[in-house]
Amino acid sequence: MKKTLDVFAIGESGTIVKVNGEGRVRRRLFDMGLTPGAEVYLRKKAPLGDPIEITLRGYELSLRKDEAQNVEVEVKEEK
Amino acid sequence: MEDKRIVVALAGNPNCGKTTLFNSLTGATAYVGNWPGVTVEKRQGTYKNRKTKESAEIVDLPGIYSLSPYTPEEVVSRDFILNENPDVVINVLDATNLERNLYMTTQIMEMDVPMVVALNMIDVVEKSGEQIDAEDLSKRLGVPVVAISALKQSNLSELMSVAIKAAKSGRKGFSVLSEGKYAKDIKQAVVLYEEQEVSHPLFHAIKALENDEKELEANPELVKKAQEILAKGKQEDFEADTADERYQYITGSYVKARSGKKVEAKEKLSRSDKIDRVLTNRWAAIPIFIVALFFIFHLTFAEDLFYLHAMGVQFSMNFEGNEFFEGLFWTDGGINSIGVILANLVNGITGAIWTGAQNGLTQIGTPDWTIGLLGSVINDGFFAVIGFLPQILVLFFFFSLLEDSGYMARVAFVFDRIFRRAGLSGRAFIPMLMGYGCGVPAMINTRTLNTEKERTATIRVIAFFCCGAKVTAVAAIAGVLASNFGWNAELVSLSMYIVGLVLAVAMVILMHWTTQREKVPPFIMELPAYHAPQARALAIHIWDKAKGFIKKASTIIVLAALFIWVFSNFTPTWQYIPAMVDEMGEPLPAYEGSMLKHLCQAISPIFFPLGFGNNLLGEGWSMTLATALGLVAKEVVADTFITIAGGEELVAGMIGATGISVGGLVAFLVFNLTTVPCFAAVATAKAELPKGQLKWTVLFWLGTSYIVALMVRLMFDFVWTLAIIIPLIILIFVLAYLWYRRACKKEEAAKLEKGEA
Repeated sequence: MKKTLDVFAIGESGTIVKVNGEGRVRRRLFDMGLTPGAEVYLRKKAPLGDPIEITLRGYELSLRKDEAQNVEVEVKEEK
Repeated sequence: MEDKRIVVALAGNPNCGKTTLFNSLTGATAYVGNWPGVTVEKRQGTYKNRKTKESAEIVDLPGIYSLSPYTPEEVVSRDFILNENPDVVINVLDATNLERNLYMTTQIMEMDVPMVVALNMIDVVEKSGEQIDAEDLSKRLGVPVVAISALKQSNLSELMSVAIKAAKSGRKGFSVLSEGKYAKDIKQAVVLYEEQEVSHPLFHAIKALENDEKELEANPELVKKAQEILAKGKQEDFEADTADERYQYITGSYVKARSGKKVEAKEKLSRSDKIDRVLTNRWAAIPIFIVALFFIFHLTFAEDLFYLHAMGVQFSMNFEGNEFFEGLFWTDGGINSIGVILANLVNGITGAIWTGAQNGLTQIGTPDWTIGLLGSVINDGFFAVIGFLPQILVLFFFFSLLEDSGYMARVAFVFDRIFRRAGLSGRAFIPMLMGYGCGVPAMINTRTLNTEKERTATIRVIAFFCCGAKVTAVAAIAGVLASNFGWNAELVSLSMYIVGLVLAVAMVILMHWTTQREKVPPFIMELPAYHAPQARALAIHIWDKAKGFIKKASTIIVLAALFIWVFSNFTPTWQYIPAMVDEMGEPLPAYEGSMLKHLCQAISPIFFPLGFGNNLLGEGWSMTLATALGLVAKEVVADTFITIAGGEELVAGMIGATGISVGGLVAFLVFNLTTVPCFAAVATAKAELPKGQLKWTVLFWLGTSYIVALMVRLMFDFVWTLAIIIPLIILIFVLAYLWYRRACKKEEAAKLEKGEA
């Protein structure tokens, strides 16, 4: 199942398929390691529900739902 | 003969231990770069090894994730390596987070500069049961790799030997992309740059293919040609594909270079997560932050630490020699906080020194005016300001603690949602909070923000925060409010901190709706693992701060005190006022006819509406003087009163004798705290703001502080004016919001039209 990162629930993980968006934001997402093929895991949401905190490439990154919306992820099915 | 000093640049991601390495390498020679006017914030120091006789200049570049022109810090680092030609770059990597750290390595590799990779925190990796083969990694990357621990100072001299050797040999740029999908395009673009004899052709060629903003500015023609090389429709994909290729290369060489157990992300419920469960907890996060701030200020300023006095307990102890401890550890039946104890200690020592000196001088027959002059400059100037140092350092210590431990990043994370409403990202909260320490580094820290408008708005409101220097003015005026009007001094201090924050938020919102309108900037930020702050780094931080403060007190403050004494004790015809008599043979009132008094009385009508202008009697002109001199350095505000009154204990009496109202006194404080900051901060703002924005910013500071102080004055002196002030504030906000809505609608309409056309 494919969905964008902003609608992930806490504890879900998956593999990035595509990064949309434009210019600087997209560039930044790439630089921080959000490239197709990278595995992400949604760790936490901020007290007010946004931004979110994800684990990828062995570190913790926080980003807003607005930015996360650009990231398409193939969800890993829970066993 | 000595060779030319080798220049070593340290580059790496934030939080990779670069600064620790810098401190370890340079030891006591480290100094923080000269702030004002400097456009580049880089620290510089000297490395010397007694055993190997090697030495080098070390430059610590800001921590960055990539060489994209995303934040000014990245541009600074990139330009330093490209234009200042360091002899060698040490790329510091956090070995516990190798994958992302290596990303920038693949970018630096593309420059024609010798480089060495320092695999930092290798001890932490090994402790967790993993191994990283430095030699294997070195073979794959094609540059020397040295495993080190900056904190434990292990393998540092080997790192420097390797770096110095590399510096002498030169290196040609290499790209991990040159075997990928775009190998041919890159080769062609490089030829373009080589024809023009641009240095670092490979790096520039790849940036040109990326259509990089800064590259476009520097070589517009070449970028255009390079873009034509890429196949039609491929320009968009280049960035995505190359970022992907870089990471694929990294995963390849990284996975092969490491061994041992691999920890899955999901299983990694580390110490940081456990701390985060509490500190960023859904319900507790915001209250915890507020409580933490309260404790910081309470521990710094409270004279009634456990509220014993407030609860009616009169704390005191009776034993031999208790006079010494009385006043130091407890005051008025309340126990003092650590900040107050240290301040009392310093004041006790400087007081004793001055009393001793005064007695000595009198005994050897020194003339009165000399003692008066020395008293003004040394006791009322230098010593009085040094007396504030302990509390400033305690405050600074707590803020460094929050920053070094990684909590500040969480604060940004928690508060982002709230700040977004004001048009800023949560990141902007960090420099604002730093403004409570000192505005200069706070303004420099705005470089980590993403857009120009966000930086401008943040720099402007940093001036409203009550920094360490302003603490001195707050303490002085709060003391007067306490002794003359029976107010609680600690409460006054606390409210000044809150006034700064509230005003900052209100102004950010107004700016977002009017002059600084833009789409809310993105928030993409690493949340570093918590770690216990290192005593060494903290000590260096605090020592730097103390040194800077003492330097300022011994130069600017001493000069200001001298200036005040001379120009307030002499007439325009250079007659010494205390030695003059009137027609009746009576001595003249102090300062009567002095140059400064004349001048200040001429200016003072400006402050009449605020309640501290020409409506004041006696030495009321000193309020105007303090305000004017406060533009040099905020410590001078308190210092002016002490000098004019002739001693700290006489200030309350002098101000009381001016007949100033409560409103006037509070307005004076608010005006001085929110108006144009000190010289150093204005110079920093000039360097950090976009061109041409300084004059608007200064006007903004003057206007805001005047209007706010006026409101405060009216509110306290004539309560009924609240009936006008409150609706007026609401009206301003409503109008600004309507303006904002209209502008947004216009923009949308323009966009639609453009889309249709």
